Amino acid sequence: MPVNEQIAQYSNWAYTSAVAVYVLAMFLYLGEQVFSRTRAKSEMAEMAEARELVGAGGGGISIVEPGDPVDTGRPGDRPLSERLGRMAVALTVLGLVVHLLSIVLRGVSVHRWPLGNIYEFMSFFSLIAISAMLVMFRRFPIRRLGAFVLLPVLILMFLGGTVLYAQAEPVQPALQSYWLVIHVTVVSTASGILLVPGVSSLMYLIRGAHDRNPSRFARFAPKLPTAATLDRLAYRTTIFGFPLFTFGVICGAIWAESAWGRFWGWDPKETTSFVAWVVYAAYLHSRATAGWRGNRAAIINIVGLAVMIFNLFFVNFVDTGLHSYAGVGS
Amino acid sequence: MTIVDEPTVTADEPTPPPKPGWLRAALAFLRNAWRGLTAMRTALVLLFLLALGALPGALLPQRDLNPNNVVTYISQHGWWGRLLDKLQFFSVYSSVWFASVYVLLFVSLVGCLLPRAFEYTKQLRAKPVITPRNLARLPHHSKSEVDGAAEDVLTAVDGELKGWRRIRREESAGVHTISAEKGFVREFGNLVFHYAMVGLIVAFALGKLFSYTGQVIVMANGSTWCNSGVLQYDSFTPGLRVDGTDLDPFCLKINDFAAGYLPDNQPISYNSDIEYQSGSNLASDTWVPYDLKENSPLRTAGDRVYLISHGYAPQFTVTFPDGQVRTGVIQWKPDDNSTYLSEGATKFDPPDTTDPDQLAKKQLAVTGLFAPTAVMSGGLISSTSPALTDPEVSADIYQGDLGEDAGTGQSIFTIDQNMVTEGKLDKVASANLKPGQSTTLKDGTRIRFDNVQQWVDLQVAHDPTQDYVLLFAVLMLLGLITSLTVKRRRIWVRVTPADQGPGAGRTVVEIGGLARTDQAGYGEEFGKLSARLTDAARAPGRKDD
Ligand code: HEM
Repeated sequence: MPVNEQIAQYSNWAYTSAVAVYVLAMFLYLGEQVFSRTRAKSEMAEMAEARELVGAGGGGISIVEPGDPVDTGRPGDRPLSERLGRMAVALTVLGLVVHLLSIVLRGVSVHRWPLGNIYEFMSFFSLIAISAMLVMFRRFPIRRLGAFVLLPVLILMFLGGTVLYAQAEPVQPALQSYWLVIHVTVVSTASGILLVPGVSSLMYLIRGAHDRNPSRFARFAPKLPTAATLDRLAYRTTIFGFPLFTFGVICGAIWAESAWGRFWGWDPKETTSFVAWVVYAAYLHSRATAGWRGNRAAIINIVGLAVMIFNLFFVNFVDTGLHSYAGVGS
Repeated sequence: MTIVDEPTVTADEPTPPPKPGWLRAALAFLRNAWRGLTAMRTALVLLFLLALGALPGALLPQRDLNPNNVVTYISQHGWWGRLLDKLQFFSVYSSVWFASVYVLLFVSLVGCLLPRAFEYTKQLRAKPVITPRNLARLPHHSKSEVDGAAEDVLTAVDGELKGWRRIRREESAGVHTISAEKGFVREFGNLVFHYAMVGLIVAFALGKLFSYTGQVIVMANGSTWCNSGVLQYDSFTPGLRVDGTDLDPFCLKINDFAAGYLPDNQPISYNSDIEYQSGSNLASDTWVPYDLKENSPLRTAGDRVYLISHGYAPQFTVTFPDGQVRTGVIQWKPDDNSTYLSEGATKFDPPDTTDPDQLAKKQLAVTGLFAPTAVMSGGLISSTSPALTDPEVSADIYQGDLGEDAGTGQSIFTIDQNMVTEGKLDKVASANLKPGQSTTLKDGTRIRFDNVQQWVDLQVAHDPTQDYVLLFAVLMLLGLITSLTVKRRRIWVRVTPADQGPGAGRTVVEIGGLARTDQAGYGEEFGKLSARLTDAARAPGRKDD
């Protein structure tokens, strides 16, 4: 069936609009950062302690973050930073809807699952990363991370929409299989989810450096969530993303077995997936090893994310493995 | 959960008899080496080395995937390339250093798993630990006073803790405690994960020993092919323990091949209509039809047959001056995967000639380019589509000595250019031919381009352990999910009759909680649980109504 150019065009427009909305949201998140007051160090420590007690004392469900203004319920009373933050979230949700629309339209225009080339992977990855972030907003007081998750996502979406853009096209016969659909969907979903712990770990390093020496990142770090929150966020998101990634790799092996005659052949993409998998396993181990918790674990998580992103988008340029025909540009 | 970090108690080990100094030193060294190797920290470092060691395999060309790229890389990078080559960087996964990392990791894994399994079975049999004296000092704690006799309250709370491993103890007269634990499955899942990983590695390694793959080109015109020996293949890669003598017997008959294309010539489907026989069908000569296509290999007799690629084979008929007729068809090789412009050489021996001198003068070869959808420009042929819409051959016809018995293996796609330069093989005609057209040589030999046939490139793969690899992979996944989602929790309840003071006759229920994993998440959970337990304690006997 031929590509429906009209719908493909709408899809591209939706993509561009989503990027624009995200950019706006990112600035609002930054605005929230800038306009929120920083509390004195001692006060923060107190609040952190209070929070721990609230958490420990039984029914403590609402967690108060240092720097979080108390919500009085009436919009007029909310400080500027709070209003900016809420607008940012609302815009993110709007962007997400438009973004999803763009992906659906892409699929409709080419009559296939819209995960067939690098551009489409990037788009989907970004969709998942932002969704994961929104889900985590509900569980953890981490709205301040919004801009830092959006920034890498926007860079990828920009690259995907420009230099790595690929025309709407059907895919090669070897790529037409429901295992492919499951495999690439699961792997891109897992990668998208793992962006959140990566960013969180990076912020953990910054926050940790500041906590040890308040003169470092003095303007920026105090407005981040506490190190403990960032660490938990990273761990909780990773233990969701990692098994999913494992499942995705297994699906990939099943697909490779039926498409290429072997389930594992150390082609560059497979190798890099293996490396990423081992790095995340090391992350989980490091959290159970004395002396490796904290900073080292955070660094391992960041390395894991770097390998994942490299694997999903950039391995294709390194060499011509079997995977590379999954669509680099043109 | 830090198993390795906990100090091990070795109080009442019997003292061994004294040993000579060197032996003791050697034993101590071995023991330390073993402890070191099986420590979690070592596993971590080894994991890193494994990741690091695997990486060059993705970044540098690898021999078994792309031998030509390796040669190019080495020649382009001079001493650096040669050094990398010496250090086995172009065959990472069979290199000594990669093997040593994973063998060490494997030993470390097994070494740390065996004691953990023992530990786990011991834990399963152990009773939940005694209730701490002061529950208020635990991270989670609640205390309330309820109506009702201590005995009833105890039963009610106990009933509420169904599903927990628990034990009741009497501390002192009238004071009872319940110690309860849950989440043992977590460690079980973790063990399943690690053991399954051991299984996967073993199955993978065995697969490397006993597998084979082979590739063969077969004409898609009803030709048959049988997996009867290594010689049947164009190329064959055996595992280390495969000598090729007893391959799984089966036969194929390739009836047809068809590719589907989009208007812009992008292929969207490959199908080959085949028949096969294996097992008892071989004896009874029964053929079973199968639609072989991409992503859908034929699985039979323990082997898998894949459709790897396809191509064209122009068929020529030569009518020799004496009236004898010979027909030749052999695969031509696609030079361009998007247009299938192909090159090849279809070779003929003169009929009824055994005299080598005669043969050497009269052998024929039709070479050149074949275009499935031909366009001519400036006398050059090119193809605009891989589909067979307007085929044409741009043929150069050579006559003379093809040099086939020179002993050097000849490519089936070309003629031996040495023969041409030596003047033993001459170009005698050139012609552009469409199906049905022919050209006649000076000596009266007529060469006709009859039609185009297709060939398929098949890969046969045999891997006896791949199902086990999948099984272990699934077990790993299940173990992993269990180990990452199940949480280990402890809860203690102390029920004390309040027989003094104003609350006499009532009962004090004190609850304490401790999380062995994911401490931070236990707060809310503990809050709900202790509320439930307290509710049950408030209305003892409600369950019996
Ligand atoms: C290829 C090698 C290995 C991989 C991929 C691997 C993977 C994992 C993973 C993903 C976990 C996470 C489970 C969790 O957080 O509960 C884990 C836990 C664990 N692994 Fe490994 N492992 C490997 C080798 C080893 C070795 C060699 C040892 C022992 C020296 C070991 C000991 C442990 C222990 C004790 C845990 C429990 C930690 C905890 O409960 O948090 N692992 N492993």
